[in-house]
Amino acid sequence: MAQPLLRAIDVHKRFGATEVLKGIDLEVQQGEVVAIIGASGSGKTTFLRCINLLEEFHQGEIQVDGERIGYTEGTHRRLGETAISAQRAKIGMVFQSYNLFPHMTAEQNVTLGLIKVQKRPKAEAVETARRWLDRVGLSERRGHYPYQLSGGQQQRVAIARAVAMEPKLVLFDEVTSALDPELVAEVLAVMQDLAKSGMTMLVVSHEMLFVREVATRVVFMEGGRIAEQGPPDALLVNPKSERLATFLGRFHGVFR
Amino acid sequence: MFEPGSFLYEAWAARYGLLAGLATTARLSGITIVIGSLIGILGGVALSYGPWPVRLLLRGYVDAVRGIPVLVLILFSYYGLALLGIQISPFTAGVVALGGFCGAHMSETVRGAIESIPIGQTEAGKAIGLTFWQRLRYVLLPQAIRRLLPPWVNTAVEMVKGTTLLSIIGVVELLLATQQTIARNYLVLQFYFAAGMLYVLVNFAISQLGALIERRTAHFRY
Repeated sequence: MAQPLLRAIDVHKRFGATEVLKGIDLEVQQGEVVAIIGASGSGKTTFLRCINLLEEFHQGEIQVDGERIGYTEGTHRRLGETAISAQRAKIGMVFQSYNLFPHMTAEQNVTLGLIKVQKRPKAEAVETARRWLDRVGLSERRGHYPYQLSGGQQQRVAIARAVAMEPKLVLFDEVTSALDPELVAEVLAVMQDLAKSGMTMLVVSHEMLFVREVATRVVFMEGGRIAEQGPPDALLVNPKSERLATFLGRFHGVFR
Repeated sequence: MFEPGSFLYEAWAARYGLLAGLATTARLSGITIVIGSLIGILGGVALSYGPWPVRLLLRGYVDAVRGIPVLVLILFSYYGLALLGIQISPFTAGVVALGGFCGAHMSETVRGAIESIPIGQTEAGKAIGLTFWQRLRYVLLPQAIRRLLPPWVNTAVEMVKGTTLLSIIGVVELLLATQQTIARNYLVLQFYFAAGMLYVLVNFAISQLGALIERRTAHFRY
């Protein structure tokens, strides 16, 4: 097998005395769409945030494309701000609450990173932004400010902002949880489109139908550990562990 | 109406003194507000993100200076510094005292404005790879400006009024110039009223400036 794009080795994370990640080991290959499911408090969002250093972790190691993320080799010392920013630029992230920049138009939200971080010429950045906004179905809205957009549209802009940087890996943190039910589908459709195009994605989600349809692998987290993982059909329909069965029971009627 | 002893006659006779006083007030206010704003932006950013020794130091400065009456600061920076061997003109002493006072207030204002911006903005900036200064420049400060304008105008207006206290150490600003005029013509009511109106005029100009910037930055909402 080729070198995995993402490799997490024994990642531990504490908030004060509470250990929320108790040794996560995970490998994700190029082009995989890995869904992380689990009850709230199981550590799935925290793990996602560790990957681009929005959270510090205390032990273990995370590599993206062979590069060790956030900390120096050997000792667990945090890298400098510039080095970490450069690493983050190669990892996209989409948030539950969109977090668009409210003082910028949709297009400016997308071009900011292209111009300031990747130092691309403005014209090229604008062209890239328009292409991506078109791809997420918002070419008509590129001059709109976030407050002029619906939640689903805002989230699609946020996805365009993340993927326009051509990251090696995109992290999706419960991106449909804040949306009205009728707006969820448009966002999931964009994500499905990206998944089909071969983008490597790590998706924390409660949308079990989406997970089943789009994910190449499902990871079930429980109490800060990975409890079970496998192909979506096997894992979601025939869970091996009691805990996963109980968890899936809450989505009653979806699978059986 | 224009005979000697009438307000208009005496005002015309005293015009140079009064305008010079007004100019001094405007200059003092301008310098103070600019210095205060610069201290405020740097202080506010440092209070929000600085390493703890810097924060501790600034916290001491802000709390001390905000707690001390401006008049005491002025007397200290003129007489107190002189006793310590630092001889400065009344005007400079005024700038030091009022600038320091203004800076302390503005620092708190800027800190409050920055910290009131949702953490998600910082995280989104981080996630696309912006460095600390880029996040400040492109994400946080443009949003903070909107929030700090109203208190900024308040503080600026307070500073203009605060310059009157410098008459005590002999800076001939508008108030002292007015008092000198009154000493010659005894038109107490008329000249204090006129001086008061001039202060209102200056402060109105400041609040209009604030409103203008507010409109300029009002192209977005949440």
